[in-house]
Amino acid sequence: MPQGQVLEFSGLTKRFGAVSAVDGLTARVEPGLVTGFLGPNGAGKTTSLRMLLGLVRPTSGSATIGGRRYSDIDRPLQTVGAALEASSFHPGRSAANHLKAYARAARLPLSRVDEVLGLVGLADVAGRRVGGYSLGMRQRLGLATALIGDPGVLVLDEPSNGLDPEGIRWMRSLLRHLAEEGRTVLISSHLLAEVQQTVDALLIISRGKLVFQGGTEDLADPDEYSTVVDSPDREALSRLLDERGIPFQLLRNGFTIRHIEPLEIGTLAAGAGIVLSHLQSKGASLEDIFLELVSGVRTHASAANPVAAAPTEAETVDAEAPAPAPDPAPSTDLVPVAPAPRSFAPPTAPEPETRRSYAVASTGVIDIVPVDDARAEDTEVPR
Amino acid sequence: MSLVASTRSEYTKQFSTAGWWVLGIVLVVYVGFTAGVLALAFGGVASGKLPGAEGPTPSADGLAGLVYSSASAVGYVFPLLAGTLMVTTEFRHKTLTPTFLATPRRGVVLVGKFAIGILVGLLYGILGSIAAIGAGAGVFAAFGLDTELGSSDTWVLVGRMLLAFALWAVVGIGVGTVVRNQVAAIVIVLAVTLFIEPIVRTIAGVLDGLDQVARWLPSAASDALVGKTIFGAVGAGGADPLVWWLGGLVLLGYAVVLVLIGLATTWRRDID
Repeated sequence: MPQGQVLEFSGLTKRFGAVSAVDGLTARVEPGLVTGFLGPNGAGKTTSLRMLLGLVRPTSGSATIGGRRYSDIDRPLQTVGAALEASSFHPGRSAANHLKAYARAARLPLSRVDEVLGLVGLADVAGRRVGGYSLGMRQRLGLATALIGDPGVLVLDEPSNGLDPEGIRWMRSLLRHLAEEGRTVLISSHLLAEVQQTVDALLIISRGKLVFQGGTEDLADPDEYSTVVDSPDREALSRLLDERGIPFQLLRNGFTIRHIEPLEIGTLAAGAGIVLSHLQSKGASLEDIFLELVSGVRTHASAANPVAAAPTEAETVDAEAPAPAPDPAPSTDLVPVAPAPRSFAPPTAPEPETRRSYAVASTGVIDIVPVDDARAEDTEVPR
Repeated sequence: MSLVASTRSEYTKQFSTAGWWVLGIVLVVYVGFTAGVLALAFGGVASGKLPGAEGPTPSADGLAGLVYSSASAVGYVFPLLAGTLMVTTEFRHKTLTPTFLATPRRGVVLVGKFAIGILVGLLYGILGSIAAIGAGAGVFAAFGLDTELGSSDTWVLVGRMLLAFALWAVVGIGVGTVVRNQVAAIVIVLAVTLFIEPIVRTIAGVLDGLDQVARWLPSAASDALVGKTIFGAVGAGGADPLVWWLGGLVLLGYAVVLVLIGLATTWRRDID
């Protein structure tokens, strides 16, 4: 059984001219888990993976597999299997010959070619030229190329791209199975939803920097919840919420109010005599958290060097402006800057002042909220 | 060990796509046609069977070699293209990614390509020789002239042509590592071999001074290596060509310089 290896990025940096594609990425990927490597397009995922695989030279820092750089691994394909894009094939070459070329380069028995073709479900079309393959078939061939050496580490860039729903399910169960065997599986994606059901752990990067590292269960904060409420008389309800200074978001399915229990909203509505048609508690959406992390609105302690923009900006504003900063954006979708959820607090993380709270709108605008303001109630950093 | 693995991998890559035999067929047709026409013209004049022929009558002696050597004189562009394509297709179809993943030491990949490039060069050399000798000797026989197939000179010529073909394939690999864009590489190869070199060498035939430079051109060096070629006979009449072994070394020199430039630039670059 091939052994999984720990992947380690330490201070990995790649600059193209003045632009930092990857900026001081430090992270660890453990064997036996499926780890999702997430970030928006252009966040530096592919560049990081290419540096891990020795295809791109880091400007500084290093990326190692089991403590060794890729170029120092004796039998690379038997150690690491990678599929980086769905089009690394000569269109005039058959799938079987494509695999044969790399089996020979890695000194593998040619029987592996048929084995992996069968594994990814391409046995019937093995002799056909890759030029006639669909995107899904190319993805499968890419996976077959990655698996040819039966490696302990798998690195896949956007593996479910182009797969049909059945293919995606198949890919998920295969990756889960490979991880359960003790292998290291790292898959990148720009969509959390795409990998949410597959991965055990997450690395999230944004603009080349790590913004989250940890289990999927660490991503969602149980203290973060919202209430969805609706009324036949939406005007009255919104007036009531405005009067009380409760920020809300009006969506098709009703008002979404963060950090306030349904009981409180129900009590308020009852007091004002407003009929409710809907009242429900809702957990924080992982997708929202993900988007806030990558946009820098939210920071997470797991990032060794968190995107400093939001907190430092907040501190600057804090020092200069005692009055609430005007919010030019119509959206008052306020979320807390949460530097220290539960036990993850790093010793260096600045604790928010007890007498004052600040919040950041999803637009990135920072509000200073005096504690006597009614808003403070729902914008306080959850403890 | 990894050199062997890399070479075997390159072998599979080279012969699992259509490129090599398409180029091979064109080579056979082109060389066969050229040798046939040359044999027809020279043989017709030499045997006196071509009416209206004027000017100096070429001696029948050595005619065969002149015709047979058209394999390398006009066919050298094929191993050159094959070598170039061995590298540029990897860039074009992004197969350099899996290639370097399987063989992270990039120099090893290049050595594997040299081995297969030389093999393809020799293969094309054999095909070209068969086409030239087949067409040429057939026409000579029809005119009742000596085909010189029994002469050792003919077979030395064939041997040198094989060497030239192998060297041209390595030059091609050098071109591919320097110019990684496939279209640009093909355009450059065709422009240099079909226009620039023939024009320079033709002008050099009438212009004093330039002939000293022109004989160091790759195709002139290749012709010198092979010994006698049709271009040498009709064109660059000025300076004496290089000695055959120096011609071979000059051609090898072009290959080495191109590969070193490629190794220092393109081959070291980030692959994305």
